[in-house]
Formats: sequence, structure tokens, C-alpha cells
Amino acid sequence: MTAPSPDGYIGRSVPRREDRRLLLGDGSYVADLVLPGMVHAAFARSQLAHARIVSVDFARAMDEPGAAFALGGAELAGEMPPIGGMQVTAPKGWADRVDHRITLPPQNLMASDRVRYVGEAFAVVCADSRYAAEDAVEAIDAEFEPLAAVVDPEAAASPGAEIVHPDIGTNAVAELYVEKGDVAAAMAAAPHRVRRRFRHHRYAAMPLECRGVAAEYDRRTDSLTVWSSTQVVHWVRKELAFALGMAEEKIRVLAPDVGGGFGGKGHVYPEDLIIPYLARRIGRPVRWVEDRHEHILNAAHSRDNIHDAEIGFDDTGRILAFRDDFIVDSGAYSPVGAGVAYNTTAHLLGPYHVDNFAGGTAVVVTNKTPNAPYRGAGRPEAVQVTERLMDIVADTLGMEPAEVRLRNMIGPERMPYEVGLPYRDGVPMTYDSGDYPASLRRAIEEIGGVEAFRERQDKARAEGRYLGLGLGCYTEGTGVGPFEGATVKVDASGKIVVSTGACPIGQGHETVFAQVTADAWKVPIEDVVVLLADTSTLTMGYGSIASRSTVTSSAAIGDASDKVKAKVLAVAAALLEASEADLELRDGKVAVKGVPEMSVTLREVAAAAAPGWLSRRPEGSEAGLEATSYYEPPTVTWAYASNAAIVEVEPDTGRVLVERYVEVHDAGRLVNPGLADGQVKGGLVQGLGGALYESIEYDEAGQLLTGSFADYLLPTAAETPPIEVVHMETPTPLNPLGVKGLGEGGAIAPPVVIANAVTDALKPFGVEFNTLPIRWQDVRAAFDPAE
Amino acid sequence: MKPPRFDYRAPQGLDEALDLLADSGPDARILAGGQSLVPALNFRLARPSVLIDINGVAELAGIDDQGDRVVIGAMTRQREIEVSEDVARAVPLLHEATRYVAHLPIRTRGTVGGSIANADPAAEDPAVAAALDATMVCRSRRGERRIAAGGFFVDVLTTALEPDEMLVAVEFPRIPSGAGAAFAEISRRDGDFALAGVAAQIALTNGRVTDARIAACGLGPAPLRFRNAEEILLDSACETEAIEAACDAVAASSDPHDDVHASAAYRRQLAAAMARRALNAAHTRAGVAA
Amino acid sequence: MTAKRSVTVTVNGEARTGEAEPRMLLSDFLRETLGLTGTHVGCEHGICGACTVHVDGEAARSCLMLAVQADGAEIDTVEGLADGETLHRLQQLFSKHRALQCGFCTPGMLMTALDLVRHRPNLTEAEIRSGMAAVLCRCTGYEGIVHAVAEYASGGER
Ligand SMILES: Cc1cc2nc3c(=O)[nH]c(=O)nc-3n(C[C@H](O)[C@H](O)[C@H](O)COP(=O)(O)OP(=O)(O)OC[C@H]3O[C@@H](n4cnc5c(N)ncnc54)[C@H](O)[C@@H]3O)c2cc1C
Ligand code: FES
Ligand code: FES
Repeated sequence: MTAPSPDGYIGRSVPRREDRRLLLGDGSYVADLVLPGMVHAAFARSQLAHARIVSVDFARAMDEPGAAFALGGAELAGEMPPIGGMQVTAPKGWADRVDHRITLPPQNLMASDRVRYVGEAFAVVCADSRYAAEDAVEAIDAEFEPLAAVVDPEAAASPGAEIVHPDIGTNAVAELYVEKGDVAAAMAAAPHRVRRRFRHHRYAAMPLECRGVAAEYDRRTDSLTVWSSTQVVHWVRKELAFALGMAEEKIRVLAPDVGGGFGGKGHVYPEDLIIPYLARRIGRPVRWVEDRHEHILNAAHSRDNIHDAEIGFDDTGRILAFRDDFIVDSGAYSPVGAGVAYNTTAHLLGPYHVDNFAGGTAVVVTNKTPNAPYRGAGRPEAVQVTERLMDIVADTLGMEPAEVRLRNMIGPERMPYEVGLPYRDGVPMTYDSGDYPASLRRAIEEIGGVEAFRERQDKARAEGRYLGLGLGCYTEGTGVGPFEGATVKVDASGKIVVSTGACPIGQGHETVFAQVTADAWKVPIEDVVVLLADTSTLTMGYGSIASRSTVTSSAAIGDASDKVKAKVLAVAAALLEASEADLELRDGKVAVKGVPEMSVTLREVAAAAAPGWLSRRPEGSEAGLEATSYYEPPTVTWAYASNAAIVEVEPDTGRVLVERYVEVHDAGRLVNPGLADGQVKGGLVQGLGGALYESIEYDEAGQLLTGSFADYLLPTAAETPPIEVVHMETPTPLNPLGVKGLGEGGAIAPPVVIANAVTDALKPFGVEFNTLPIRWQDVRAAFDPAE
Repeated sequence: MKPPRFDYRAPQGLDEALDLLADSGPDARILAGGQSLVPALNFRLARPSVLIDINGVAELAGIDDQGDRVVIGAMTRQREIEVSEDVARAVPLLHEATRYVAHLPIRTRGTVGGSIANADPAAEDPAVAAALDATMVCRSRRGERRIAAGGFFVDVLTTALEPDEMLVAVEFPRIPSGAGAAFAEISRRDGDFALAGVAAQIALTNGRVTDARIAACGLGPAPLRFRNAEEILLDSACETEAIEAACDAVAASSDPHDDVHASAAYRRQLAAAMARRALNAAHTRAGVAA
Repeated sequence: MTAKRSVTVTVNGEARTGEAEPRMLLSDFLRETLGLTGTHVGCEHGICGACTVHVDGEAARSCLMLAVQADGAEIDTVEGLADGETLHRLQQLFSKHRALQCGFCTPGMLMTALDLVRHRPNLTEAEIRSGMAAVLCRCTGYEGIVHAVAEYASGGER
């Protein structure tokens, strides 16, 4: 297909390897797996938000035709520990700098004595078909004693509230506080101060493929094979080995094709452990395919914060002090700990220089579905606060929002810039590269300029039409550790085989890592085999979360390749009777520089390097061409973006129509610009969904009101506006390729950008949109004279 | 999300279907396009003992232009309405409204009879039937009943059909010459059920309104017909004041509900907004037709 | 009569027979009984469109039909689009315009687009966006999909 270009593959929009099978319908997702003798699992899930389990009786369920096995949470709790080892730990550099109190509740794999949210599983049934399994679940006789449901997070933290986890004794399970400078003094001295309350609603990753797990146990070898629709196969294996008391090498976890994840499949769920356990326990393969209703009830939700923020500034719009205290409604458990909450704090300052800052957080448990990272992971909440405040400062002073932002932005001359707070990896936050003001200016230019817009806006208002311009800027720590692994080998056929811990969920990893590897080896891309999301190909891996895979896996592949290349050159030098220094890799061969006819193919080198009688490797060198590296990034590298959007609101309906949306995005060097563009645009549309359509809603009893796709509204092609993405490419000095992460970025800004634009459109009415999502009815209400 | 067990019958003729319906007891359900019933089965919200699938009953499908009215067989697909030039000409209100019903692949299966018998308060076809005072032709083994729309829609998902009765056809009156029709709707997303939808048909003689028909979906437990608003328009020239007064009347007579998508108060505002759009468009079209 | 019965469909031009309980959805029949897992299931209530196939030549949700209702019908699925090793032109355009990422919505997108283009000639971009709103995609942001369908509609065989 593609000859190796002299300039290499990196930086080119190489077509995706993944496409063909997916277009043909030949992809294989968990729900497509058929295992001989397989049974189908279905879970019994709580219909109450909070209740004591009085009894669970399977007699009628097991009488249903096709029912094979049933198990309750209490019995399972005796067999398997709670999910415990998943909490992201607090590194020392963080723990020393951030005041914290964290007592996160353990989560049993299924509810054993109490259910804590609608959708929590308390029993599981296996049967001949999913139909029969659902019949049996319906026939379970379970009795519950309802408890008061804790739904409002502020009430949850107040004295006298019903306690969700009595062992902990409080619903405020974590508290964090971090400060730089002297925020109280600076605030008191500031010429202007504004305080606002901001609410970011609950919404969710909502991949089009729900979750699913299938498992097969082999009694002869006492080993398990597990297929999970997950972003973290190695993490699943680690937890499974611990929970089942098995050696990791006896467990193989694979993610086949995965139909999207966006963080929602980025941690270990109870079902990842229960299904393999069942396969071993009943001696038949088990498949569980989550349905959409289950997914909305039970897969992690995200966001859901209340912020009380105050900002102090001078007459020129310079920010002097910034303080934000916020509550995170974590739902009934906190599968990924306080990491998301701190992410919010760490991103509050964004691209701005502020001397005095404080962030205080309470993570509160309630009787709702657990909250976990989703694309953006705490950043959209932070950016909502900061970017709304920028507009409010501008409004207070009668300045243009762009001007206030530019006044406070960190210029390129200050890079690298030390923020003065630790990142969650414990390392002091340092913005490594970029030109924030240029990015904002570019976004404004792309949208047509502020002045031209104001003219249009005035003219439209005179005609009774309401247009608004919204801006939004952010910085984003990407490529976070702790590590990623890669194994690289040259096999007997001369192909380069790489495996890494990244788990693709649609990004095009097979293509991207083939590009990276082909360039490292100077081989045609067809000669690269990429193996992903399979624990049997790599001893230790981490997974695809937090905009990290291109950064971390590429670095690990590069490092492992260097090790193998050194061996290849040594062997080739022996074969060619040349000095290693005179050799180069070229076009799948090792050749003497300047003498192309003196060369050996990688296949010949592989044969020579093999162990045994025919080996021709240099004396004393190790056999084989294979190496594994674990890349441990020094810290995160900072991507950033500036956004601008124009909206029109309809006075008679309040409907918000996004006319245009621009994002200027900088993720360093782009390995595959076409795929990068797709990542950013896909993220932007998720952000627009969050701004205007998607919301998870509960009533006062903790009943989920949005349990279907008829009520949880993903945007369609018709709601999606024209989107332009401009890529700036400022390389990072932190890794050899100069790449930054970009998986999440798009989703971060749209909610606040649209909030700013709608507020701008309604300026004549003096209404601020500080609560998300933006509801048409609230927009419509703005047109009515206040009562 | 798999349906519960049920028995399944697929009669090939109307009499056979009516016999089955009469003999199968109150838990039997008719399966037409399945675009409302099958989701309810998948959620196990519907638990019929037996499904009587009328997709094979050929005499139930078809569009018959009889001059003063157009008779639409219950099993006529919404997709067929969308492409029917007869319907576009004779019942333009139904034609226009159909484009707001879900999406093309759903209209492939969904039927006019199913939509009207289902009586979803937010559905378009019942609102059109209410506006035009269509006649529902209902059959059982006991005989035929012809029920005007005004007496057919009773409450949320509830009609005047008896358990042994089937809707076999809907008769829509032809649009009078000199009349214009328009359907205006707002839904959260393209293809979603209406937050508010207004169907309007206005006939003009010498610039004066001689007939006005206004009905809505999404604004009450059943499709609403707004006689008071129609009265306001009668004899007017549809000047702004008359239209505004009619819109106010529509809003005031609406009986909407609160849900996660919209408050009742907001739906009432939308009622006026959609009425304004529909009435203005219908008036303009009537002017062109006259 | 809740017992299984025999269902015969012509799938992608080939007659296939299987057993199905009356309650079995067509999507499950295609996927589980006939092994045609190219058709995906994303919601089972008619909204996501991933399960869209052609029934007697027109796009329909296979999760909202019973398998027994398809007895005797012609069904076309994504597996039937390519001509041997050669991708269908729309499939090629999806790749060209980066109209897929995870690929989960793709079969439904393809089957919906083919029906839409046949159903309505001279599609405008707004009509494409509205027509393709029948299928949800969580990955791509739709731009590539709209471009692929537009290019196909403007020059494609009908
Ligand atoms: C995603 C999605 C979006 C939708 N959006 C809309 C929308 O915007 N607007 C809208 O109006 N509809 C919408 N619908 C519903 C759809 O249009 C249905 O087709 C319609 O409401 C029901 O028609 P049906 O033929 O599918 O009926 P079925 O689902 O087969 O039946 C519906 C009910 O009517 C009964 N019934 C059917 N036919 C008869 C008959 N002849 N006599 C007596 N009883 C009968 C059935 O027993 C059942 O109780 C949507 C559906 C889906 C899946
Ligand atoms: S699975 Fe059929 S429409 Fe979603
Ligand atoms: S490509 Fe993933 S849902 Fe469309």
C-alpha cells in the first residue's frame, strides 16, 4: 500500500488498518463471541436507591426453563474480596503538598447486605440464553427494607443525613485542600471581587457498545481466558489474579474490538471479576452482554459538581486571587478514588498566571451510580468555573472577554512555566511548551474576529435575533504515568512485532503504533505487526485512559526498539563484516552506509540471531531479537486549546442553535493528523452533547429518570454544527517524538463555551448561565420580564 | 432487554384476525409496525399473552383517494404516506406531519393505524386526526363502528377501542380548495417525539377565514383540538392580533405535563410558539391556494 | 405456541433457515442463530440504529422486529455489501472520509445511508444530516459520515 516515505510515516494521515474489517462487518466485539457450551448471564439489579436486603430466594428462578446457576451477593462476598486495589494511590509529592483526608468505601462485587443505588447488582443468574436468563432474574424473590435515599450531595454532607456507608460514618469520604500564595489576603485587598455558584451536571461516556465480559476456564491447565470490553486489560488481570488467588500468567485478558469507551470502560468493574469467577465455578464458558438500560443504570457516570468560587481582580482585569470550594457527587462508591476531584483542582488555573489560589474539595457519597473519569476527567468542571469567571470579570469591567483572557495568559516567553501546585503524579506542575495567547488569537480570527461579530450581533438584535459569541481556553495534563510497557521483536519472518499495553477503543492505535514503529525501524509499514489489548503479549501494561497512549506507548516502543536495534546492528555487523558504526537501517534491511548493495535483510539477521547450531550471532551475545521496555514518564506534558463558538437563540422557543464552532488545539507533534482531527472532533461533539442534550437525572427518591436512549439524548448528525479544528504543533521536550495526548481534549471546553455564548446572546436580559446543561426552557425564560 | 414469552399468531385475513382477537382474551395485543410495541416488549413493560400480527392482512394496507376523503388502511406504513402524492395533495397536513415521525427506518415499519391506536400524546398522526376530525373505522366480530377523532382519543395511550376491536382504517377529509395546512413542531432532537407540535388548517374565502382547524401533540394527555382558538380565527383575516389571540388561546387550553425534557410551563410557551408558526404558514399557503 | 418455529430468510441473497422462539428479535436471530454478527445492537429500543438492516429492500431496525415476522423476507446486512474482496463504494468512502472510529455504529450507518440515498434523490447536506440522525455515533462527531454520504449521493449508483 504505502512505500516507506523518505520522511517516514509520522506526521502523515496514513489510512487506518482497522477500517477494512470494521467496514465489512468482520469486527469482533464481546457480544459476537460464541464459546462452546456457553451460558448467558443476567444480573438482578436493585430498583431501590437505598435499602437493606432482607432475603433473596432463587427457588422460582431456578425452576425457569434454561436456568443453570444463580448466585447472590452475600455468598459471593464470602468468596471474593471487595474491589480494593483499584484506588489510584497518592504519590508522596502530592501527599506532602495537598492537605487530604481520604476514606474511600470498599465496594463488594455485588450488594450483600445493602443496596446503595438503583441498578446495583445483588444477584446473578446464568441460563441457556439471555432471554432465559432475564426470565430467571424476574423470578428471583427478593425482599428489601427501604432506607432513606441520599440524593442531594449538599444535604448528604450535612449533619443528620442518612449515612450511605455506616462503617465510614460520614458521607464526605474525602476532603482535599491546596493553596498557593495567600489567597485570603489577596482577595481582601483586591479592588473587585465576584462570587458565583456553578453547577456541572452528571453525564456519561455512553459508548455505543455497552460493556460486556466473556470468560472460559480450562480445568486441565487451571487457567482462565477473559474477554472484556475494557480499556485496561492488564488492570483487569491484576485484580482477577488477586481476587481468585491465581497466578497472573494463568489468566489471559483480552479486549477484542471495543465499541468506544471514553473512560467509561477505564477501570475494573465488578462484572470483570464476577463473570470469570462464574466460568470457573460452574465449569462452562459464561458471557454477559450489558444492555443499554443496564449500562445507563450501572456503568460509571461522571462530572456532577457544585462549585462556590470567588475571584479578585483589578481595574485592568488582572486576576489577583482565585478560590474555589467544590463538592463532587461521587455516587455510592468511588471506583477511581479522589483522582478526578483533584484533577479538577489542578486544572482550575488553566492558561492563566494567578499568584494566589486555593482549591478545596469535598467528595461526597450519595445513593446514585458511582462516578468515575470520563473524557475530560474533572477538567470540564474546572474549565466551566474558570472560563465563566473570565467572562464575568469582563462583564463587570465592561471589557471584551478576549481581552481579560489575554491580559492574564501565560506567554510563550515564560515556558516552561511552573504553576506552583503539584500534579496528581506528585510532580510540581510545569507547563512544558506552547503559545497560549497565539492560540486564542487564532481561534478568534477563525471565527471571524470579535469586532465583526459585535457588529453582526448588534444588527441582529435590532431585528429581534439573538447571537452570542463564546470563548473557552484550557490546559490539559496528558500522557500521565505511572508507566506503559512495550515488547518489540523481529521474528523469523523479518517482521517487526510490537505489543503494548494500550487498549484501542476506536482511536486507531494499530495504525498509529505501526507508523511509530515503521519509522523507528525504517521499514514499510506493512512489515509491522501490532498486537494490542492482550495480556499474553506483554508482561506489564497499564491501559488506555487519560489521553496517554500515544505518548506513553510510543515512548516504550521507541525505547524497546532501540534495544533490539542495537542487537540487530551487532549481528548484521558480524554478517557483513563491517563496523556497526558504518551500518544503517533502510527499507527493511541493514546496509552499509553509501554501499547499498552491501546489505542483509532483517529476516537474515533474525535467522543469524536465533539460538542453536545455525546461529551466527557475535560471540557472547544473547540469542533472539526481542526486548521489553517500561516507559515511566517524568510527568505529564501539557496540551491546550482555545475555543470559539457562535450561537443563535430563538426567542420564541429558547432553542440554542450552534452556528459554528472552532477549536485551536495543540497536542504537540501529530503522529497521524487525520486521526488526531477525528479524536478532537469526536470529543467536541461529546462536549456539545453535554452542553445541550445529555444529562443524567434522578428524582428525590434516587430513581433514575433517564434510563433509556429516549431520555438520555446523544446528539445526532442533525444537532451537530460545522466544526473547525486548527492544529498547532508545538512539540514537547518531554519525550523523543514531541507528542502530547489528545484523546480527551475536545470534550473539555464546549459546555462552558456554549454557556458563555448563550450568556452573551442574552446580555440585554442580564441572565448568566452558570448551571449545566443549558436548558432551552431556561433560555426561553430569560426573555420574560422578571416577576 | 429481551421480550417475555408470548404466543404468536399471524392471521392472513381480516376475519381471521378479528376472530383471534375476540377469542384471545384481554391480554392479547395486536402487532402492527411494532415500533412502539416491540420496545415496550423489550423493556418488559408490555406482557401480552398472545401477539396477533396483522402484517399479513393485505386488506388493511393501502391509500384510497375517494374524492371527498382519503381512506388510509391501518397497516399503511408511515413511509408510504411520506412518498404518496395522493396524500400530499389531498391531506397535506398528514403528509407534512409524517416527516416529523421518528426517522426513515422507523417509518419503514411504523403504521398510521398503529400510531393512532397507540395514542401516544406526543405523536403526530393522532394530532392530525384530531385537527381534521378524521373518522376511525373500527371492526370487531360484532361489527363496525365509526368513531370521530373527538370521541376516539380518551387519555394517555388510551382510546375508545374495545379489547376485541381493531382499527382497520382512518378516513381523512380532503383539504377544501382555498385552504392551507401546516404542521409545526419542536422536539429535543431531530426525530424525537414532540415537545410541542401544532397542526393547523385554514380555509379562506375572499381573505376571510371560513374554516379553521387547530390541534396539537405533546400538550395534553391526548391530542387536543382547540375550538376556542378556531373560533377566534373564524371570520378574521388572520391579522397579527387574531393570530396572537389564537396562540394565547392554544397556550391557555393546553394541559401539558412536566418531565425531564421540559416543564409544563415551558411546554405551554412552546404551544404558543408552534401555533404561531403553524398558523402563519397555513395562512400563507391558504392565500396561495385561494 | 411459545415453542420455537422454523424461520427462513434470504440473507444477502442466500436462503438461511433457523429456529426461533416467537419472542426472538430479528437482531438476535441474525447474530446468534445465523452467526451474522456484523449487525450490531446498541440499545434494543429503536434509537441507536446500529442494528439497521434492509428488509425487503428498505432500512428497518432489526431490534424492533421479531424473527418470525421476517420469515420469507429478504434481508440485507453489512456482510453483503462488498463484492468479494472489493469494498462497496460507500464503504470505501467511509474509510476515505474517516467516517468510523470504533466501528460499532458503522453497519447501521452504511445500511441507513444506502436506503436514504435511494429513497430521496438530490440530498442536501441538511437532509443528509437529518436522514443520518437515524443512527447514533459516539466517536466521530459525524463530519466524516456526512461527507462520505454526500460524496456517495452525488456520484454514486442509486
Ligand atoms: C426511536 C423511535 C422514535 C419514534 N418517534 C416517533 C415520533 O416522533 N412520533 C410518533 O408519532 N411516533 C414515533 N415513534 C413511534 C412510531 O412511529 C410507531 O410506529 C407508532 O407510534 C406505532 O405504530 P406501529 O405501527 O409501529 O404500532 P405497534 O407498535 O405495532 O403498535 C402500537 C400499539 O397499537 C396497537 N395497535 C396497532 N395497530 C392497531 C390496530 N390496527 N388496531 C388496534 N390496535 C392497534 C398495538 O396493539 C400496540 O398497543 C417512534 C418510535 C421509535 C422506535
Ligand atoms: S439496537 Fe436497534 S436501534 Fe439500537
Ligand atoms: S464509530 Fe464508534 S460509534 Fe460510530
